[in-house]
Amino acid sequence: MSLEKFISDAISPWMKREGPDSDIVLSSRIRLARNLENHVFPIISNEQQADKVNRQIRKHYENQTYGNVGVLSYIDIDDLKPIEKRVLVEKHLVSPNLTEDPKYSGVLMSDEEHVSIMINEEDHLRIQCLFPGFQLIEALTLASGIDDWFEEKLNYAFDEQHGYLTSCPTNVGTGMRASVMMHLPALVLTQKIHRIVPAINQLGLVVRGIYGEGSEAQGNVFQVSNQMTLGKSEQDIIEDLRGVVIQLIEEERSARKNLLESSRIQLEDRVYRSLGILSNSRIIQSKEATKCLSDVRLGIDLKLIEGISNTILNELMILTQPGFLQQYAGEALSPDERDIRRATLIRERVKLEKNNE
Amino acid sequence: MYCQECQQRPATLHFTKIINGKKNEFHICEQCAKEKGDLIPGSNSFSIHNLLSGLLNFDQPLSDSNNPQPDKQVTQCDQCGLSYTKFAKIGRFGCPDCYKTFESKLTPMFKRIHGGNTSHTGKIPKRIGSELIERKKIDQFKQKLQQLIIQEEFEEAAKVRDQIRMMEKRFEGGS
Repeated sequence: MSLEKFISDAISPWMKREGPDSDIVLSSRIRLARNLENHVFPIISNEQQADKVNRQIRKHYENQTYGNVGVLSYIDIDDLKPIEKRVLVEKHLVSPNLTEDPKYSGVLMSDEEHVSIMINEEDHLRIQCLFPGFQLIEALTLASGIDDWFEEKLNYAFDEQHGYLTSCPTNVGTGMRASVMMHLPALVLTQKIHRIVPAINQLGLVVRGIYGEGSEAQGNVFQVSNQMTLGKSEQDIIEDLRGVVIQLIEEERSARKNLLESSRIQLEDRVYRSLGILSNSRIIQSKEATKCLSDVRLGIDLKLIEGISNTILNELMILTQPGFLQQYAGEALSPDERDIRRATLIRERVKLEKNNE
Repeated sequence: MYCQECQQRPATLHFTKIINGKKNEFHICEQCAKEKGDLIPGSNSFSIHNLLSGLLNFDQPLSDSNNPQPDKQVTQCDQCGLSYTKFAKIGRFGCPDCYKTFESKLTPMFKRIHGGNTSHTGKIPKRIGSELIERKKIDQFKQKLQQLIIQEEFEEAAKVRDQIRMMEKRFEGGS
């Protein structure tokens, strides 16, 4: 398969669209946790109970069409090879949790891959909507619409006091986790991030690395999301999060501007060195690759580098994950082989960009 | 700095536990953390559930010492068979009924997780919650009515009163 074709197939269609403030906000996501009444939660359900829930949901919603989202196709986790599972996780379409211990687990997915509905994850249903750039309200509107549509035929576990009942007490109430993925290289470079993160944490919001709970911030990409789900309405949660994200965008932009004014040549040096590494290395580890990609992306956003599209960071951050590399190679790879593969893929991708000029 | 557990490998994991205002710092290596089943960032074995079970286990003695009445009778959920001990360990409910079963023990935990909040104020499912939505709307109108009466805007108040009557009628008729 040609690299162009591989990349084009590998990248979710929704990611190719450009969203608002996409120089800083890579994507916005809403996830709603829902459960069916009179069914035990997946964590303690036996095969038969899990199967029943799975069937009930699929009976009404598999291959059905919702608005302009299109058809929802069902993928059963048990039908997937280990590499395919990993790829879905790396694309953020399913959680690691879903693939680790599947019990009649699967996902209903739109063709654009911006809607994915996990069945029998920690909760019976996890409705997820992904949008490019800063589009929290749009994502909430869509997720809430799909939620209403599911509620037409399924009886949710809900009570007046606690709201939507979820398996984990941290999700109860709205069952909503809203998150925004942000590229904040200038705040990291100026070390402002160390002061900002604790302040955000005090507001009931969480900042973490891109692969969710406990993961490190790779390539200066941070995920900001709400912590609390009980006691505030969905709209209020989104507004609080939006407020913080807007501030972060402003801080990042002003830090970038300052850097450019005060140390332009140093910044250029850094950006071009990283581009050099990406264009020439023969072996590259994931950590170094994401660091360089972050630098190059910053260079593109600040117009220090021209002729490379700004989607390169989003694309390569995903494509250079172990699962994708192995899918591209068509075989399982050892960590050393992956580092070689990764370097090749990045080199070719950067070259591709230059050819298209 | 060396790992305080094995004293052999460098400590790569640093965290602080604060219990009842008493601060404890931990510096351990990844291997020891794994053996102890403690948090390891990035490995996914650490999750919010570990933290939660800390909260839940810590709740018990505190509430027991505060109010001596024994509320020990709710130790297992009838519906799914999950015991409170197991719930405290895995940090997750077994079924929707667990919320009722363990209700007396949950409030402090919810407060801690959700910034002092204990009741839902967000979305209500349209179909199964239609009655609740209607009831909440009537409550809102009643509050508005009180407000108007206090402000002596009787003409407006009369209108709202009629609206409430209509809604109540529809509500009773519909259910």
